[in-house]
Amino acid sequence: MNWIFGFLIISGILFAVFNGKIGEVTSIIINATSDGVLRTFNLIGILTLWLGVAKIAEKSGLLKTFTRILEPLVRPLFPDIPRGHPALGAILMNFSANLFGFGSAATPFGLKAMQELQKINPYKDTASASMCTFLAINTSSITLIPTTIIAIRAEAGSSDPAEVIGTILFATGFSTLAAVVADYYFRKRYSAYR
Amino acid sequence: MQITISENGILHIGENKMFYPILTTMSQWLIPLFLLFVFLHAYWKKVKVYDAFIEGAGEGFWMALKILPYVVGIYVAISLFRESGALIALGKIFAPFLGLLGVPEEILPLALVRPLSGPAALGLTLEILERFGPDSFIGRLATTLDGSTDTTFYIIAVYFASVGVKRPRYSIPVGLIADTAGLLAAIFICHRVFG
Repeated sequence: MNWIFGFLIISGILFAVFNGKIGEVTSIIINATSDGVLRTFNLIGILTLWLGVAKIAEKSGLLKTFTRILEPLVRPLFPDIPRGHPALGAILMNFSANLFGFGSAATPFGLKAMQELQKINPYKDTASASMCTFLAINTSSITLIPTTIIAIRAEAGSSDPAEVIGTILFATGFSTLAAVVADYYFRKRYSAYR
Repeated sequence: MQITISENGILHIGENKMFYPILTTMSQWLIPLFLLFVFLHAYWKKVKVYDAFIEGAGEGFWMALKILPYVVGIYVAISLFRESGALIALGKIFAPFLGLLGVPEEILPLALVRPLSGPAALGLTLEILERFGPDSFIGRLATTLDGSTDTTFYIIAVYFASVGVKRPRYSIPVGLIADTAGLLAAIFICHRVFG
């Protein structure tokens, strides 16, 4: 991450020099900071709402029931998480929100899942194997209903906005599969070295 | 009800092209129904819903504050990289390789930005749709690509930051492998289906 961050900033400034855009750099940076702050502050409302709702579902036992029913599906991916641990509930909620194209609900449950995973992480500054697996699947994005994409296609005047659902499903399925396989390989390699 | 994927890649449920309306209706209903169910279940279990809501909701603000530095950092880096022209230059370097795969040059910036920033990727996709139209090959490929992966680096940075993990170990290579696989799969399937 340090490498990527440095590369983006340095090459960005160098290219601005070459392209004679050096005068715009300051305004680009300032606009970007307020975009970032706006994005985060927009997230506050959504986070607040869904974490509140999640607490209700947790207290009523709904989250536990939901986890118990779906646990077998993801159990083999997360051997380190104790049976019935709340981390699994949050992970499952995150996957479900992603599957149905509700990105807004996915983030709160994803961050919640990380909190729960951190509680059972023996080395607090280092990613646990379960965290890596969770993020591998999460970032490769398993989406059944790509709501945003269909919306922008419809808006651009497509004769069939939903025609890419099949191709998206194929590509996302393949990338998730690759993520799971790669994660499994690295996990085995790392645990051998530990 | 019969569910099939036809030759041109459209998912059909029952009647022809019924999928889009069903989909829209479904996504409109899911969240309200989910909320209704959570609250009804909570009443049945005699949970004090308002107290529980407040207890959980209080965390939201602090969670957002914790990720703020990471989000701002990524936003600055990405927009600097994009608007300085560095992104297009990098795209030109890779263009010959993708040319071999039959991929239009304009797709490259999108493929490079997709793992870093969702809004930036969406912006590039919208530009492509505007220039080439949503039913062109490149329009279909762009929307397939944008829809099939997520913002790998952004998520890894923000999620780990939210709990104070400093060493992401092998997360980034795994994310890169998955994104590359997704890109290749998107190119392959779009050639097969829309070619």
